[in-house]
Amino acid sequence: MNDLTPPIGGGCRTAPVLKQRGQREVFCGLTGIIWLHRKMQDAFFLVVGSRTCAHLLQSAAGVMIFAEPRFGTAILEETDLAGMADAHTELDREVARLLSRRPDIRQLFLVGSCPSEVIKIDLARAAERLSQVHAPHVRVLNYSGSGIETTFTQGEDACLASMVPVLKDTTARELLLVGALPDVVEDQMLALLGEMGIDNIRLLPARRIDDTTAVGPNTVFALTQPFLGDTHAELERRGARHIAAPFPFGDEGTTAWLQAIATEFGVSDDVFDRVTAAPRARARKAIAQAAEVLRGKSVFFFPDSQLEIPLARFLTRECGMTAIEVGSPYIHDALHGPDLDLLPAGPQISEGQDVDLQLDRARAARPDLTVCGLGLANPLEAEGLTTKWAIELVFTPVHFYEQAGDLAGLFSRPVRRKSLLRMEAAE
Amino acid sequence: MKLTVWTYEGPPHVGAMRVATCMKGLHYVLHAPQGDTYADLLFTMIERRNHRPPVTYTTFQARDLGSDTATLFKTACQDAVDRFAPEAIIVGASCTAELIQDDPAGLAETMGLDIPVIPLELPSYSRKENFGADETFYQIVRTLAAPQERTSHVTCNILGPTALGFRARDDIEELTGLLYDLGVSVNVVAPFGATPTDIANLPAAHFNVLLTPETGEAAARWLEKTHGQPFTKIVPIGVGATRDFIAEVATITGLPCQPDESRLRMPWWSRSVDSTYLTGKRVFIFGDGTHVAAHARIARDEMGFEVVGIGCYNREMARPIRALARDYGVDALITDDYLEVEAAIEALSPEMILGTQMERHIGKRLGIPCAVISAPVHVQDFPARYSPQVGFEGANVIFDTLIHPLVMGLEEHLLTMFRDDFEFHDENGPSHHGGPAPRPPQADTPRDISEPKKVETGGDVLVWLADAEKELKKIPFFVRGKARRNTETFATEKGLAEISLETLYEAKAHYAR
Ligand code: SF4
Ligand code: SF4
Repeated sequence: MNDLTPPIGGGCRTAPVLKQRGQREVFCGLTGIIWLHRKMQDAFFLVVGSRTCAHLLQSAAGVMIFAEPRFGTAILEETDLAGMADAHTELDREVARLLSRRPDIRQLFLVGSCPSEVIKIDLARAAERLSQVHAPHVRVLNYSGSGIETTFTQGEDACLASMVPVLKDTTARELLLVGALPDVVEDQMLALLGEMGIDNIRLLPARRIDDTTAVGPNTVFALTQPFLGDTHAELERRGARHIAAPFPFGDEGTTAWLQAIATEFGVSDDVFDRVTAAPRARARKAIAQAAEVLRGKSVFFFPDSQLEIPLARFLTRECGMTAIEVGSPYIHDALHGPDLDLLPAGPQISEGQDVDLQLDRARAARPDLTVCGLGLANPLEAEGLTTKWAIELVFTPVHFYEQAGDLAGLFSRPVRRKSLLRMEAAE
Repeated sequence: MKLTVWTYEGPPHVGAMRVATCMKGLHYVLHAPQGDTYADLLFTMIERRNHRPPVTYTTFQARDLGSDTATLFKTACQDAVDRFAPEAIIVGASCTAELIQDDPAGLAETMGLDIPVIPLELPSYSRKENFGADETFYQIVRTLAAPQERTSHVTCNILGPTALGFRARDDIEELTGLLYDLGVSVNVVAPFGATPTDIANLPAAHFNVLLTPETGEAAARWLEKTHGQPFTKIVPIGVGATRDFIAEVATITGLPCQPDESRLRMPWWSRSVDSTYLTGKRVFIFGDGTHVAAHARIARDEMGFEVVGIGCYNREMARPIRALARDYGVDALITDDYLEVEAAIEALSPEMILGTQMERHIGKRLGIPCAVISAPVHVQDFPARYSPQVGFEGANVIFDTLIHPLVMGLEEHLLTMFRDDFEFHDENGPSHHGGPAPRPPQADTPRDISEPKKVETGGDVLVWLADAEKELKKIPFFVRGKARRNTETFATEKGLAEISLETLYEAKAHYAR
């Protein structure tokens, strides 16, 4: 019944990948702070960067809901550029001031940016020093969210990867689930696995630092997000083993993902079917509604979040769409392979970007739906294309069965809207 | 190093983008890492522009740093010129590229392009967005403006408006109409909508109207010095300022300048009886210097408000705003730290804020109504309808904008009369706004009244007795802050240690106008 047969014409895993080098129109890894700081409720993210970095965070967050959110930018000024010793003293002062004002903060991430990396401010050293100063109350780690090193969702990867080396050791056989998910989705995930009898589960990131997560040679881990390549590598370095699977988007992806874990833990087919039958049926029904609008339509992905390949698999196999091009900032076979296997052959798979050339291809193909970043969406709409902005896919709960309908809805809404509006644009 | 969360201005290269994006036939080649492309969304999402900004980013990566970022720049530059065929390009570096010192200007010059190449030096670590726009526009004008004869009839240029400017689109239209009415036609509007060819023709005008000093003043000064074009010093926002501006144009041109005021409704709207309730409303004004100065005058002289504080985030305007504050007998707050602004607002507890999107959020938190009068902007500051700020229609629009967040006159009286009825409960905001009322200010949240509340007033401790505290809560939330403060001041002046019901009413009588 769990029909995960690869497509008849073969999948995309061995398809040639188009790699062009030109302007990339993507956010940098700092952006991940927007959702990570909501997820880790006792963490503060301190970017060491420029006014541009602060402005990026503000623009990506869009709304200033929080008077004092748990992130900020230590803006480098001309004096800091002169000498290094200076920058470290300044950083110590800013951190001390911040931590005394925010006693609720238990973990502090120093986040590197392009400027801090170009002038080589050693944040690893700073983190070590500050950890000593503020231990045991606050743990200080560092990672890079810079645009010269990271693309958009890679910021979360770098953040989680920075946490792996400080995880406690364990020899217990445990399941580690990796990736920042909204709490409501995480609870659903834990409930599904719990009903199958799997409950020795740890989460990375944990909601608070006190929830001690550990890792060791008997740990197996599954990724909930397709952009966690470095974290994957760090965990393997600690001896943990990866359970490869398609990502839990849609009915099929969720089932395949759960199945891979169930098999690992020897869950019987009966139990698996009993636990998944009802939510699967709900997911199918919800997807079917949105899919009515999407069936037979074509979709074109600009590279953005690395969610593109699993989402293309979902849209083609579960919503009846045809993929024209599936662009991803990076493709890791260990992570994306299982989804590529299932994605029916045909689309151009591309990695990286020359945005002008890619726009030419999109214009020529005139897809029914284009998934792209915020900078491109309105201009493409003005050219008559229908678009879905990709950033919503990382800000909205879209994983697992109960969100499968919402996920399909994110794509069907712009298409439906296009068919509802009956007026020509004014000239 | 300075810890910052929300900023009023972006980096200077975003200012350059505001100039490039509002122009036609100009392209900006920006040496920058990939993440800096976020700035495109400011224009495509917030301003709903239907074209990508004409900006090519080199998007260099860490691995390029050791090798050849200079070649990367040249390739990107050549590709941009080939693909977009601009009449001229501006080239520059973002904060990161500034550090790697590739000298985009020098590189572009060696390429032998057959179009003007305008280099930008925008210090990212000391200056900000408005400076970036002002400097970019100035460099473009300086490079392209060509000496030429004046037009035969009286013309002017409108200088300063850029993309992402506060109501720039409609201000240009309103101002063009007003000038036409005065017998002056507009030669070029720049940078908004101008091509490099238009910029070359700037010197044909008889004078310049400086609509946006923040982003156009350097160019206006240079044109005055080099091409002998005087420029206007008054920005026509508000009734009084518009009339003064017209007088200024008359002086410059020698034309009679008899404007048609038939569409100007604002003075009557402000005099009519429903507006009586506006009298003495305590307002705090914050934004860019130009809009703050204009709104201070409107608030005091045209709306009958009491201005309790003014300030601006752009240091370039610190001097005029300080002088203005002295005129108004208030302190000037010159800062780009929104926490300081929030603290000032909390301390002054005004009944309304005229501010930016930042102050709107501050107001939401403190339960103080706010009208947005200045950049930084958000998507809602780009309304579909015509809503200029300048000229006579601008004055009408501003009147509506300023009263919109408030409870209307008659409604306010009813609220006072029936304040104990549930429909008029505090938590109900203005009836023309859906949804829940703004949260009452922190200081007014219901607290345990069994323990009297103590207030520190510079050494003395004031205690609110339970009955006074209870009575205070019956006062509508939008005047409660004032009542609390007046009572406390009154009690302190009288040397009282406690505030009783009696004190509350004595204070009320004392301050009755
Ligand atoms: S409040 Fe309105 S304008 Fe501000 S971020 Fe939200 S949607 Fe945008
Ligand atoms: S790309 Fe670099 S400079 Fe730009 S916002 Fe990201 S980290 Fe900051």
